[in-house]
Amino acid sequence: MDLENQAAIKAIVDEIGPENLMVVLGMPGEGLRLAVETLTTGDPSWAGPLAGVSLGLPVFHILEEKVRSQISEDIYAEKLLMMEMVLDLPQLESDLADIRTAG
Amino acid sequence: MFKGKKVIALGERDGVPGPLIAECLEAAGAEIVFQKTECFV
Repeated sequence: MDLENQAAIKAIVDEIGPENLMVVLGMPGEGLRLAVETLTTGDPSWAGPLAGVSLGLPVFHILEEKVRSQISEDIYAEKLLMMEMVLDLPQLESDLADIRTAG
Repeated sequence: MFKGKKVIALGERDGVPGPLIAECLEAAGAEIVFQKTECFV
């Protein structure tokens, strides 16, 4: 995960605390796994500001069913339906299940 | 799920971009505290 973003997120958590804070991601595949790991248990590459830092934030994906269901149909159709056609949703749900089981 | 919650929206150029995530979640009641679009290489 981008080192600048790691630093920015660490600063936000330090400032406002992890309570009432969650992360919603938009990346597929390996980027998703790395981002979830970085934001929960720490940077697996040990290169960034979150190396060895377990933020333990709740992490979701914008296109997983439990998040999609919270977005109004109009907005979903306008903003996200196109992405649903590009990204493989069953694969995404499967990847998230694997990542959460491993974590 | 999102009403009154603070949210970090982290998108990706090859997936869903950050501003799009932020827009959808703001409409669902979230407060976006950070949003960015990464470029995974």
